[in-house]
Amino acid sequence: MSNPLADMEKPDVIFCIGTNMTECHPVAATRLKKAIAKGAKLIVADPRRIPLAEMADIHLPLRVGSDAALLLGMAHVIARDGLVDEGFVAERTTEATEFLEHVAEFPPEWAESITGVDAKLIEQAAQWYGAAERGAIYYTLGITEHICGVDNVQSLCNLVLMTGNIGREGTGINPMRGQNNIQGAGDCGALPNNYPGFQSVLEPAHQAKFAAAYGRECDLEIGPTKVQALDMCGDRVRAMLIDGENTVVTDPDRRHCEHALRSLDHLVVIDLFLTETAKLADVVLPATGWAETDGVCSNTERRVQRLRAAVSPPGEARPDWWAISRIAQRMGLKGFEFESAKEIFNELCSLSPIYAGLDWDRIENSEYQWPVPEPGHMGTPILHEDEFLNGRGIFHVIRYRDPAETISSDFPVWLTTGRRLASYHTRTQTGRSSGIDYLLSEERLEVNPVDVTNWGLEDGGWATMSSPRGSVKVKVEATNRSPLGTVFASFSFNDVPVNFLTGGGYDPVTHTAELKVCPVRIEPA
Amino acid sequence: MDKFDFEITLDGERVPARRGETIYEVSERHQKDIPTLCYDPRLEALGACRLCVVELEGARNPVASCTTRAEPGMNITTRSSRLEMHRGVLLEMVASENRDLDVDPLSGYASGEMATLLDRYGARSGRFAGAKSGTSRPDDDNPFILRDYENCISCYRCVRVCAEQEGDYAISIMNRGFETQITTEFEGLLKGSACTFCGQCIQTCPTGALADIKALANKDVPGETKKTRTICTYCGVGCSVDVMTREDKIVGVLPAMDGPANLGALCVKGQFAFDFVSHPDRLKAPLVRGEDGELHETDWDTALDRAAGGFVKANQEHGRESVYGIASGRAPHEAAYMMQRFIRGGFGTNQIDNCSRA
Ligand code: SF4
Ligand code: SF4
Ligand code: FES
Repeated sequence: MSNPLADMEKPDVIFCIGTNMTECHPVAATRLKKAIAKGAKLIVADPRRIPLAEMADIHLPLRVGSDAALLLGMAHVIARDGLVDEGFVAERTTEATEFLEHVAEFPPEWAESITGVDAKLIEQAAQWYGAAERGAIYYTLGITEHICGVDNVQSLCNLVLMTGNIGREGTGINPMRGQNNIQGAGDCGALPNNYPGFQSVLEPAHQAKFAAAYGRECDLEIGPTKVQALDMCGDRVRAMLIDGENTVVTDPDRRHCEHALRSLDHLVVIDLFLTETAKLADVVLPATGWAETDGVCSNTERRVQRLRAAVSPPGEARPDWWAISRIAQRMGLKGFEFESAKEIFNELCSLSPIYAGLDWDRIENSEYQWPVPEPGHMGTPILHEDEFLNGRGIFHVIRYRDPAETISSDFPVWLTTGRRLASYHTRTQTGRSSGIDYLLSEERLEVNPVDVTNWGLEDGGWATMSSPRGSVKVKVEATNRSPLGTVFASFSFNDVPVNFLTGGGYDPVTHTAELKVCPVRIEPA
Repeated sequence: MDKFDFEITLDGERVPARRGETIYEVSERHQKDIPTLCYDPRLEALGACRLCVVELEGARNPVASCTTRAEPGMNITTRSSRLEMHRGVLLEMVASENRDLDVDPLSGYASGEMATLLDRYGARSGRFAGAKSGTSRPDDDNPFILRDYENCISCYRCVRVCAEQEGDYAISIMNRGFETQITTEFEGLLKGSACTFCGQCIQTCPTGALADIKALANKDVPGETKKTRTICTYCGVGCSVDVMTREDKIVGVLPAMDGPANLGALCVKGQFAFDFVSHPDRLKAPLVRGEDGELHETDWDTALDRAAGGFVKANQEHGRESVYGIASGRAPHEAAYMMQRFIRGGFGTNQIDNCSRA
């Protein structure tokens, strides 16, 4: 997030797109509700009538996967109606001319033809956001899990740059990170393109710095992403170490994924439970879990916080870092003689410019939001206050592209996937906490009541849902949350493995899977 | 924030105050320890219990300090025999309506507030025969929130936290006076209401009338309750929690009122989904695949040798690009950092990613 969570109480216009915040980030949503209670206007763009949409002043029920078209239409209106912040554009951005010429071609009527959203609503939303004193954008995987995820994010950046809604309190562009430490995994350099602290692996100076620290020089070449690596299994990739991820359930195209992992010569999985992924491993190592492990995590607002052990782990379970460093030692690798989380975190701080002002003791009270470039620095709650990372903000010329797969006579219904309030991910944790089943005991396919009738289904009855990659049986719930022709399911329940169906395409830049769009066929089971 | 606007007199002492502050807020800063029941610093003050009254020079009757704003020149007395008597009687009356005065501290964050005040004011005489305060809802079979309204004192903190803090408006008030009853829309179960089971009502209730069923299930675990500050494990908001333990067992979770991301708020996952860590399914020993194709328990020594051996072999036979690492988005920094150090320092490649792409 460019801005802190506390800022969520401060905007006068809020634009939420592709985020089911009340269910996926409930406590953040309570802060937005406070802004709304104080009179902020809320615009929600989401195909479904999610709880946030119920609260909205304007709901833009766009067709799944058409975000870029909606945002082009909005940019058109902002430019057309003279709502561009000329001063900001002149001082802080570049390539505005090309961009403004480009958006002139995409009036809201065009956006309506793609998104299915009334042009008048698109216009009104654009005018509100464009005229906002403090306009803030919030988004989640509904924006990124598309073949055009990068385009979508850049389209949002364009709106921000046009209107100068950045670098000030109560504004910004704010991705809400899903998993508790997914931000941290990136911070720590668990990425094929970056060393810790988002230092590019293509930069010889970084290469030299890490060669000195690790005693081995690393390739000046970006590694394959996880998605590419899974495609290479059994071929270039022969051995894998997977930490705490239930890949076969969370990833798209489950059959492909299982096949990939089975074709490895060697698979080591570290986890709390014997997950579907761990069951495929040659070696499974038991990890310590939440409240059993000392360590550090970063939240979605870049706040670096301490995790503390409160109880002992079961049996022989050990911290993930211990297992990994001991494997390294057994391989005869030097420099892995770590004895504590503190030692490791302090090494990270010494190598990462965004953590340079931090160490284990300084983060005791959760005060710092990175970057913290040197000791004594107070941290950076708001990014881009005076300058963007690379100087000026760049406008990007984005064109709308159809999803990888679109509906057809064989697969005439849009399936979109996501999370629900009471379950988290593949339920390895929530599913094993008592009481949670009372709220959510099984998967339900959310279908519009009119479709339920038209497709010969029954509320509470069973349906078979198929895509080109497979089919699953799932119980039907008739609900107005789903618009006509679009259904929703989560990937939380292993007995309804929705990810057997997904996986039509990937973003060409990030390789993020198009989990939000999948044409399916639905029949009574 | 540090600027003061004027002064008032507090128990004979001149103290600075800001415009808009209540007498209670100024007094708190000066450690006056005024008793309160219907007050929660995170909520709009209501002024319902009248326990926080103070004497204001020029006013005939004491005023509620939680709702009265400080004004220049005010002369305030927070403690006098008249006030203490009033507070004591008030507490005796409030307490007379409740079935239990003492509840297990695992009931909730503020559950001991009333009992503590009863002791401070020696207000356990039982002089008044009170009417029954409310009707409990043993029929609500939800596994999280106990609704024991026979211990309710109608402070409305639960109703206000739900509306103001959560924005959910799931609980409401029925009737007035002695008949007051906290309820939901249509008087039904919480599950059928707008309730999201965030547990905030439990944590603000000053009597334990609303209580944490999951924590109370551990009330017989012996030992003292220890609290450890950590971060919720479920989403990127990163709410601070205090994990309550007894004898190496997690008995419950409390929201951290000073947590920077949540300021005391939590959701159903952070509040109630804590017991997975002690689930019997947890892996307790390393497993290795045997000749028979099955996974078998073993010791770390064997497992680490086997794990290391496979990577050495792949490296020797297929080159360093044959090894790939996937870090977790849920494990702490140290895990992700070590994973990339292992791949980069061990093989000199960038064959590392995390699970953010799915
Ligand atoms: S249930 Fe508790 S918080 Fe709610 S009104 Fe009664 S005493 Fe107050
Ligand atoms: S309590 Fe809820 S909102 Fe807060 S971090 Fe946990 S899951 Fe996220
Ligand atoms: S605390 Fe002030 S009236 Fe209740």
